[in-house]
Amino acid sequence: MSSGSKTFISGNEAIAAGVRLVRPHVIAAYPITPQTTVIERLAEMVADGTLSAEYLHVESEHSALSACIGGSAVGARTFTASSSQGLLYMVECMHYASGGRFPVVMMNANRSVALPWNIYGDQRDSLSLLDSGWIQVYAEDAQESLDLVIQAYAVAEHPDVLTPVMVNLDGFVLTHTYELVNVPDQVDVDDFLPPFQTTNKMDPDRPMSLGFTAGPQHNQAFKQLQHLAMLSAERVIRETEERFGQLFGRNYPGLVDAFLCEDAEYVIVTLGSVAGTVRPVVERLRAMGERVGLLRIRYMRPFPEHEIRAALAGVKSVGVLEKDISFGYEGTVFTNVNSALTRTGAKAPRLLNFIGGLGGKDISVTDIEALFARLQASDEGETVTFV
Amino acid sequence: MNHPVRNASFKPPTRLEDYLVGTAFPSGHLVEINAAWRSERPAIDSERCTNCLICWLLCPDGVIRKTGDGRLEIDYDYCKGCGICARECRFDVIRMEKEGL
Amino acid sequence: MVNSSKKRISIRELDEREFFYGHKACPGCGGSLAVRLALKVLGERSYAVVPAGCMSAVGFIFPQMGFACNAIISTFPGTASMLSGIAAGARALGFENVHAVGFAGDGGTADIGFQALSGAIDRHDKIIYICYDNEAYMNTGVQKSSLTPFGARTTTSPVGLRLRGAATGKKPMFEIVAAHGIDYAATASVGYPMDFIRKVEHASRVEGTSYIHVFAPCPTGWGHETSETIAVAKDAVDCGLLYLAEYVDSRFILNHDPGSFSSIREYLLKQGRFRHFSEEEIESVTVQRDAGWERIRREWKS
Repeated sequence: MSSGSKTFISGNEAIAAGVRLVRPHVIAAYPITPQTTVIERLAEMVADGTLSAEYLHVESEHSALSACIGGSAVGARTFTASSSQGLLYMVECMHYASGGRFPVVMMNANRSVALPWNIYGDQRDSLSLLDSGWIQVYAEDAQESLDLVIQAYAVAEHPDVLTPVMVNLDGFVLTHTYELVNVPDQVDVDDFLPPFQTTNKMDPDRPMSLGFTAGPQHNQAFKQLQHLAMLSAERVIRETEERFGQLFGRNYPGLVDAFLCEDAEYVIVTLGSVAGTVRPVVERLRAMGERVGLLRIRYMRPFPEHEIRAALAGVKSVGVLEKDISFGYEGTVFTNVNSALTRTGAKAPRLLNFIGGLGGKDISVTDIEALFARLQASDEGETVTFV
Repeated sequence: MNHPVRNASFKPPTRLEDYLVGTAFPSGHLVEINAAWRSERPAIDSERCTNCLICWLLCPDGVIRKTGDGRLEIDYDYCKGCGICARECRFDVIRMEKEGL
Repeated sequence: MVNSSKKRISIRELDEREFFYGHKACPGCGGSLAVRLALKVLGERSYAVVPAGCMSAVGFIFPQMGFACNAIISTFPGTASMLSGIAAGARALGFENVHAVGFAGDGGTADIGFQALSGAIDRHDKIIYICYDNEAYMNTGVQKSSLTPFGARTTTSPVGLRLRGAATGKKPMFEIVAAHGIDYAATASVGYPMDFIRKVEHASRVEGTSYIHVFAPCPTGWGHETSETIAVAKDAVDCGLLYLAEYVDSRFILNHDPGSFSSIREYLLKQGRFRHFSEEEIESVTVQRDAGWERIRREWKS
């Protein structure tokens, strides 16, 4: 089993450490707060010669992802990172990468989207892009962030998947806070993650035409295949985590991370680092005899509908706490969770949607306690409330 | 072969499992011809042709090819009848004839 | 002609293989000839990047693949950035003697693709960027681009009672890329094919970024006979509306000075897109041509 080395680093630095370990051939990125320290650390590694990647100082995020797709199209392993406005600038290329089945891995620093301008963390950027065909995972802490980079390439490049992956870290709250992180040894990562192999590429020995047009007769088939590949990713993710656990000694729980949900009556469902605020509240309420739990969704795509139904079976009230809103309706995580809970026709728990943390608005322990209180109250209040 | 050849036996995929992964397909794979686009077709007078290769150079579709024994021939499957070869021939050796006569 | 490069390719030395064949371009398409000839020079180890536009629309209709070499469609703005990624990937993977070559239209270059092109030049990425200039957004139905010449009729700059065709002239792409300090740039025309071929060959040996701007008439959009494409492309050079030049070793070289120009009026009026021109409009184009040539003759080496 790998020993690795312990360092005290930020979420962003953990991402950079993970990227170095996967031996990317091409890094193309454009700076945007709060992603910047990821690409700065990577630049330092390249300058020092501890990372031998082609580092492109691209002139926009659209070019960053476009360059990564180009690299992937010749068989290179590629990485990019962005946030907010930058992420949205590359959306055309996101569909391009997923439709073209290029296993690019991108780190996204979750940040609010203008207007108004705001550099702090919420999840409106990535959650508005769930339909772009990318696998999306949300990290809770720096260790998970580093480990997810390594796992992301294993999943993305798997022949049954061949789908790009976005690793999300909450802006500032996770990207810029420090914790003890075990950085695996290179030799073990090399063992875990073999070199990138694919037939979906241009090859001097086997000329291929990529990125073609498919008319009404064929287009839907390509899209259906993409969808099926994303569904296959569920199995590949679990297999990858199992292998990861055996080699590195850190076990990940799959597409969701359920905490004390087994006999819970009231559960908060959420994403990312705010789970770290919810967990101590759950522990304190449990100590007081209340049957509460936390369900942290890790992967939003593929969406873990089975795991969510299983974790929330028997729960009376569920509060989906999220840092986004689909204006005019409800939060996107809520829409997805609600669908999972109601589509089988089985009796669903009462579902409330708590919108909070927008533009970096603080969510405190007190706020969480109030949400549990709301879940426990029997009032028929508004489904969607802002925290 | 110096040029792509039509894959006459190609059957378009109908089942999901028949599609290749990704939007990727072998280069130079042809299934259709362009002959029906023409209303005129070029004819080279081989006797008077000096083999200067101007027509070969300027055909946008590359359908004029060297036979190997000093003459030129036209791939009428892919000639669109644009008339550039006849227009540019310095020796007036190519004539555009009405198609279908 | 003044040539910057030492190597000459004769017609007979040109690769007999066809790397762009069976495509669905219009009969007489100048752009397709440019692509075909460039790939003959660059050969089978080319990675062609073709953005949304005519050449991609006609060359990649599953399952009919008109490119016989490696080729990929890029996003419309992303020709140069995808080229940069391909060059970087090829370098990282240790591929030698490969060419990352882009074939973008005027719209995909001077408008939506401008930013990425500027970035690639700035990085000196080892790519060959070929802009086939048919002077409008042809693939989508002949709309005005920033390389549509003054007065040209397009579907978004029609000739009406108040406005008569494009109100502005061509963005000077050759000079713009030269102002970046690009490693190599050239203008060319399918009307002077061996000059174009020489320039592609030169670009293939540049350790850095090359840009070739090749004038490529479009019979469909310009309103001339399909057989006239080469003649029109030659005429544009002979009447001085186009110059054949290079930017190499930080200097401008004028390859060809026609001396006395052929008739601008004839050039313009044989194309449907200019047939509405008044004498005044022809005169203003002539005056602009003369001013431009006065400057290049003075400032550029020939």
